[in-house]
Amino acid sequence: MRADRQEQDLKFTRRALLMAGAGGLAFLGLGARLYSLQVLETERYRLMSEDNQFNFNLLPPSRGRILDRFGVAVADNRDSYRVLLVPEQSGDVASALDRLQPFLPLGEYDRERILRTARSQRSFHAITVADDLDWHTFASINLNAPDLAGVTPDVGEVRSYPFGPAFAHVLGYVQPPNDEDIANNPREAERLLRHPGFRIGKTGVEIARESDLRGQAGALKTEVNARGRVIRELPEQSTEPDAGRDVVLTLDADIQRYAHERLGQESGSAVVMDVNTGELIALVSAPSFDPNLFVGGISSADYAALRENDRNPLFQKSIQGTYPPGSTFKAVVAAAALEHGVAPPGETVRCTGSVRLGDREFHCWRRRGHGSVNLREAVKTSCDIYFYEIAERLGIDRLHEMATRFGIGEQFDIGIAGVRRGNMPNPAWKRSRYNQGWSTGDTYNTGIGQGFVTASPLQLAVMTARVASGRSVSPTLYRNAMLPPAAHIGVSDDALARVRDGLRAVVEEPGGTSFSLGGLGIDDIEMAGKTGTAQVYSITAAEREAGVRDQEDLPWRLRDHGLFMCYAPADNPKYACVVVIEHGGGSSAATRPARDILRRVVARDPSSRAGVFADLGNARPGGA
Amino acid sequence: MAVFRESVPRDIPGKMMELNWTLVLLLVLLGAAGVGMLYSVGGGSWEPWAINHAIRFALGFVGMIVIAMFPPRFWMGLAYPVYVGALILLVLVEVAGVTINGAQRWVDIGPIRIQPAEIMKLALVLALARFYHDLEDTKVTTISGLLPPLLIIGIPAILIVSQPDLGTTLLLAATGVVVIFMAGLSWWFIMAVAGLGLAGIVGVGIYGLENILAEYQMDRVHAFLNPDFDPLGINYHPNQAVITLGSGGMTGKGFLEGTQSKLGYLPEMQTDYIFTALGEEFGFVGGISVLAVNALIMAQGVIIAISCKSPFLRLMTIGVITTFASYVFINIGMVSRLLPVVGVPLPLISYGGTVVLAVMAGFGLILGAHIHRNAEPPRGAGLFG
Repeated sequence: MRADRQEQDLKFTRRALLMAGAGGLAFLGLGARLYSLQVLETERYRLMSEDNQFNFNLLPPSRGRILDRFGVAVADNRDSYRVLLVPEQSGDVASALDRLQPFLPLGEYDRERILRTARSQRSFHAITVADDLDWHTFASINLNAPDLAGVTPDVGEVRSYPFGPAFAHVLGYVQPPNDEDIANNPREAERLLRHPGFRIGKTGVEIARESDLRGQAGALKTEVNARGRVIRELPEQSTEPDAGRDVVLTLDADIQRYAHERLGQESGSAVVMDVNTGELIALVSAPSFDPNLFVGGISSADYAALRENDRNPLFQKSIQGTYPPGSTFKAVVAAAALEHGVAPPGETVRCTGSVRLGDREFHCWRRRGHGSVNLREAVKTSCDIYFYEIAERLGIDRLHEMATRFGIGEQFDIGIAGVRRGNMPNPAWKRSRYNQGWSTGDTYNTGIGQGFVTASPLQLAVMTARVASGRSVSPTLYRNAMLPPAAHIGVSDDALARVRDGLRAVVEEPGGTSFSLGGLGIDDIEMAGKTGTAQVYSITAAEREAGVRDQEDLPWRLRDHGLFMCYAPADNPKYACVVVIEHGGGSSAATRPARDILRRVVARDPSSRAGVFADLGNARPGGA
Repeated sequence: MAVFRESVPRDIPGKMMELNWTLVLLLVLLGAAGVGMLYSVGGGSWEPWAINHAIRFALGFVGMIVIAMFPPRFWMGLAYPVYVGALILLVLVEVAGVTINGAQRWVDIGPIRIQPAEIMKLALVLALARFYHDLEDTKVTTISGLLPPLLIIGIPAILIVSQPDLGTTLLLAATGVVVIFMAGLSWWFIMAVAGLGLAGIVGVGIYGLENILAEYQMDRVHAFLNPDFDPLGINYHPNQAVITLGSGGMTGKGFLEGTQSKLGYLPEMQTDYIFTALGEEFGFVGGISVLAVNALIMAQGVIIAISCKSPFLRLMTIGVITTFASYVFINIGMVSRLLPVVGVPLPLISYGGTVVLAVMAGFGLILGAHIHRNAEPPRGAGLFG
């Protein structure tokens, strides 16, 4: 019995020690596991813990402004109150929007857009629920934000175009990037591009200078809890965003706005250029649209209205529209005639109102004729017969060469997309285009700027500037102090002087086609100019019978385009201005707006203001 | 030959003299660590957890000393009634329990809400110890020696697994098996059962684990084997727990400086995941210290068990200490991703009233066993002897 007891005690002790040993081993295993996690792998977990603890919130850069030549902002940024939603924090997006509904009523369309965006991107990317809110709405959401999980009220920047439609075509506009834009950008830009409210240039200067304007995103390091709530910000460990660079244009906002207003509801263009530098001072296409509408997302109704408008507001006519230059082209023909000696001084051509060429009759715009005219008179009165004659004497090749020298048919690059090159025809061109030989009739038509020759308003402005300055200036839209002076155009000064004399006579002498304008209207500063009409439709004999005699009798879209090119001062040219009015019914529609715009430009020129400026000499503000 | 019989203290002062102060000190260390960590995860505040934990620990401590004063006979008499009472409570949970977090584990009795499963852990140990105390040593490996213990373990196990609470069930079963083993089950029988178990594991492997476990349990196993699976869902807590522990490093981020716990990356940190907060703030040094204290408690328990003369006290002590050690192992194993997720608290450190009181009551029994280690109550007294 006693031995039994002892045996039992021993057995229990053995087994107890065995169990204790097993337990000890298990605890040793736990210790080893802790050692592995906390000593061997601690770096890895410390990083993961910091990854939990800190977020890098993207700070979008301010977009660079676009300034006019005097520093006036024509594209600026303003504060925009908006509401963002982070699906990762809000949970189900649809019910999050339901919770938001009392403070921010959303239409079906917006709901659909938000839900679609939520499906298409990772759930930690924020979605813009609403943009550009009024203060009242924004404040009420701010107040209730703590109860609205995942909803973040935010102040962002949004693009604004203070001059609205006046700069629409030149500046273009910005919009949120679409998937294609994101695919076309480098991968590292994706986070910025997907940032809510971030916009990129879509057209005009905004897209052309995107890389300058965009800037570099910064990052704000924040400590966040598990629900994504920011506990504190760590500015000392953050990087500031680098704002985009400002882009300075050669345009003058005052002239641009004035030119846009002056064209009114007409369909047309106005281009103002510094004749010595080629700097564009105004580049207007009318009618226009408000680019601010596009920034916030234009409604489909508004967009359809713009698209369907027969005056084509979305089309940048100043660089994309090409028209037969009409009689404005005579300045080039005259220069060629003088340069090549086919119009000797004193020689006249007799204009009877028409001239026969084979079995075709070519008319002068003045049916009863001009009588005997020399080159000066022919320019002044815009005699067509005279220019048929000297065009034939020159021949198309010499004409082509001279026109090209003045920029007709030349492809210009002004740093925005869409610049058209127009056309300066020659026999080779006609052969390849129509598979037909060149005829003298083609030369006649070219001699008065009709037929195959076409040019954009921008090209006509270049032509005017080159006539006025005698230099091969090229148009530029961006301010650049380092611009080298343009080379001489390679036409004799005498020839140019005589062309300019004729152009001055058009406006300043009785009998000139634009004498009725009454000149520039600033002191005794003279201007020079040339009218032009681009025929759109020939009134048929049958219509003539039916009483259609004048342009006013035709439907708007069949009326002729009116053109006017001018520059001032006539004796020392500084500014060129070209206005083209589509279907204006003749040049008179263009002359007055062009003169008014040119007058304003000249009036703004420092040297034409009170003589005090001249007395200051080279003194600068603040200098001795 | 005169046999020197070691005495058993009979009055309260005498019993107080015999208290195992080493064990008491170790338990106080754990309780203090619990209060400290709850103060920290509460955001450096006594509210809402630390103060309650301190109060419960204090109450439990008094209860523990009181329990230690009662002689073994008292507990032997109470063993079966307590067991039956706990069974009734478990059935009550089935029919009138409160569901929290999808599991029906609580039952309201008057103003207090208790987890009958916690009571059952002690009741089971008492019932088994009582049974073997009365059983002749030679009958341990017989049908009449095996069937009752298996029923004593099996009935509550089935009730608890249906709550569902797999963790507690496994704990209960493990404790029961250890007590049977310690009661002296013959090795050849153990070998046979182990062989059967092995065959069972192979069978499960062929049959497929997914046909046995509930879907959520299967998900936990899957998540455990693939840490990258569903990182924001089922694997979120296990992964965050490991990050919390690992980021503590050798010496930790410092008291109240844990970022994972403060920023809420581990919700419910005050309960099952409290050890990770400790590991984050006190590092490997802190974690291994807590582990060491627990190991010393376990060792102390085994020493006491061996020193006891009666089978009842021995088995009771071994049973209670097995439950305790299993708690610690499963909890720390789980939060360090050594085991799949099993909802088991860390004794005396995790927040939770019933567990603290149940554990303290358990140690009251162990302290009592130490005081009365020389007592030899009669064996084979029958059901209510």
